[in-house]
Amino acid sequence: MDEPLNLVLFSGTDDKMNAAAVLAAGAAALGRPVNIFLQYWALDAFRADRIAADHGLAPEAGAAGRKAVDDLRAAGQASWAETLRQAKELGGIDIEACSLSMDLLHITESDLDPLVDGVEGVTSFYLNAGNGPVTFI
Amino acid sequence: MTTTLPTGQQVDARGLSCPMPIVKTATLFRTIPSGTVVEVLATDPGSVKDFEAWTRSTGNELIESTKQESVFRFLIRKV
Repeated sequence: MDEPLNLVLFSGTDDKMNAAAVLAAGAAALGRPVNIFLQYWALDAFRADRIAADHGLAPEAGAAGRKAVDDLRAAGQASWAETLRQAKELGGIDIEACSLSMDLLHITESDLDPLVDGVEGVTSFYLNAGNGPVTFI
Repeated sequence: MTTTLPTGQQVDARGLSCPMPIVKTATLFRTIPSGTVVEVLATDPGSVKDFEAWTRSTGNELIESTKQESVFRFLIRKV
């Protein structure tokens, strides 16, 4: 488990972001480096002025899924942003914005929440990924 | 019978879901000296296997894993 866990986040719904946050936090707690690459709607969700907003759920959730998610949040589960914030305290999690997606969304680094460590292209992402798995969410 | 040895620190993760019990414990472990015993309280049922796995992977010692009513209690020594 010395190779980093590499997550490419594309989907910006709260359910997928939360799943990604749990995977990242679990790896960080085991001392495994994590590289996160934010593309498209996942990047959009990290805008400073939108990070705490409701990003909805994947269509497959339906009404029952919505209720299940709301119930768990009401029971005290942390948001994905908060999970990532706490997990970052362990060190080892690097979150980068895809520069192409920055262009797509017409945003600059200052528009992003401080959780995002920087902007990079796919080549940098692959170099940092090493021989670890690359998982697309 | 549960051990009641004096512990140096406590993580109260009751009411928190995965992965918070582990994340909070791992965060505390970065700050404490070797040999410290930490008591973790959790209500997440997944935490039992999670703490077994985490201690096995990190080399820390899981001294005890018990349950009282709905609360899981873990005693872990930092190695």
